[in-house]
Amino acid sequence: MDDPGQVADAVLDGNPRAAARLISWAEDRDDRAWRALERIHPETGSAEIQGVTGPPGSGKSTLVDKLVDSYREDEATVGVIAVDPSSPFTGGAVLADRIRMSRRSTDPDVFVRSMGSRGKLGGLAPAIHDAVRILDAMGKDVVVIETMGVGQGEVDIVRTADTVALVAVPGLGDDIQTIKAGIMEIADVFAVNKADLDGVQQTVAELESHLRLAFEDADDDAWRPPIVETIAKNGDGVDELVAAYEGHREHLETTGELDERRRERAEHEIVSLMKERVTERVLGSEEGTRRFEGFVEDVMGRKLTPRSAAGELLER
Amino acid sequence: MSEDKIRVLVAKPGLDGHDRGAKVIARALRDAGMEVIYTGLRQSPEEIAQAALQEDVDVVALSCLSGAHMALFPRVVEHLEDRQAGDITVFGGGTIPDDDIEELEEQGIEDVFGPGTNTKRIIERIREVAA
Ligand SMILES: Nc1nc2c(ncn2[C@@H]2O[C@H](COP(=O)(O)OP(=O)(O)O)[C@@H](O)[C@H]2O)c(=O)[nH]1
Ligand SMILES: [Mg+2]
Repeated sequence: MDDPGQVADAVLDGNPRAAARLISWAEDRDDRAWRALERIHPETGSAEIQGVTGPPGSGKSTLVDKLVDSYREDEATVGVIAVDPSSPFTGGAVLADRIRMSRRSTDPDVFVRSMGSRGKLGGLAPAIHDAVRILDAMGKDVVVIETMGVGQGEVDIVRTADTVALVAVPGLGDDIQTIKAGIMEIADVFAVNKADLDGVQQTVAELESHLRLAFEDADDDAWRPPIVETIAKNGDGVDELVAAYEGHREHLETTGELDERRRERAEHEIVSLMKERVTERVLGSEEGTRRFEGFVEDVMGRKLTPRSAAGELLER
Repeated sequence: MSEDKIRVLVAKPGLDGHDRGAKVIARALRDAGMEVIYTGLRQSPEEIAQAALQEDVDVVALSCLSGAHMALFPRVVEHLEDRQAGDITVFGGGTIPDDDIEELEEQGIEDVFGPGTNTKRIIERIREVAA
């Protein structure tokens, strides 16, 4: 389990241990990851990639558990990537999404992986793209990504998934406010979960009136996100949610939007990897760190602007 | 900038319904910079092994207060071995009588920590085996 070539071959054979190890290498930015990923990359691209995002406690993990169940009933194999925040202070994390994902916990055709966000403020760890590819390469038909819906995480997931469901819950007026503040655009499907609680109708009505405004001048063939009421706890509405995912999938395929999304994803990923590698090149050694700290002092002492410091650091 | 992050699965096999102790450990390990996967109550040994493998953890930390540790802990080790994952270290904790410790260690539980074990010691041991 140490040789990148062997690990890559085992992943392509569907070996879960190898897939798990390769995800760890990618998370750790271990050099062995790149060789193995090189090998599996040509074999990827067939999995459907679905995102589930929304505020903490809205029932995302519970919903994912039910989605997995539904896909398994149709005999699709499933990978799940569940992201929780890492502590910005210690880098540690308690990843607890598995608690709600126990229905298929011994099914060999379901692979669940928990990931910490590892230092990207509110955003997703860069390794998430790699983890998706690895699950795709090991043959999973569907890959579901759960991310906490706070700030950057919600925006990042669009760049990772083909279809994104935004989970809202009744009674959180503020939620709708955040949704209005720009998150709206990322949802391909709205799931109003906890539909057993009071206030569902109001939440649905607010979403609807917002959509009406947003789509006033939209093209006829634009995708208008459906609103699905769910009770993840007992599985109500999950079939409708699956149908909504399918509807959006069909839209992506017939309009050519799928390719467009994948193109954007590739562009975005290349750019962020360039940033990562430049940072690594400049700061990755002890000498680099010392130079960097010197420039920080110069900026603090008003001798240099941050921009010139950045320029000089990049010079060599 | 590569780093080898330590990952630990904290799991509660068996039927007891108390996970305060497990949660305290989970938070202590997080504060020590580790990634802790917490799977909740009432996990079967097979579920625990499957989770450990998918999560590629260095260590599985089992906690059991029901008295069924002699039946449950070694079965986690067996299920890991069945999956060619016998290299994952298993620690045990909870209400475990001194008399049982030796036998558990013979059956592949690396260390057994009784109630009131200092979490610093647990963290230290995890760092040692993960190195
Ligand atoms: N009343 C109600 N509670 C739910 C429903 N779905 C999930 N929950 C509960 O909401 C809490 C948070 O669920 P979880 O799936 O962990 O949310 P996440 O943080 O968004 O992943 C748990 O206590 C669930 O049991 C639902 O449809 N109705
Ligand atoms: Mg969750």
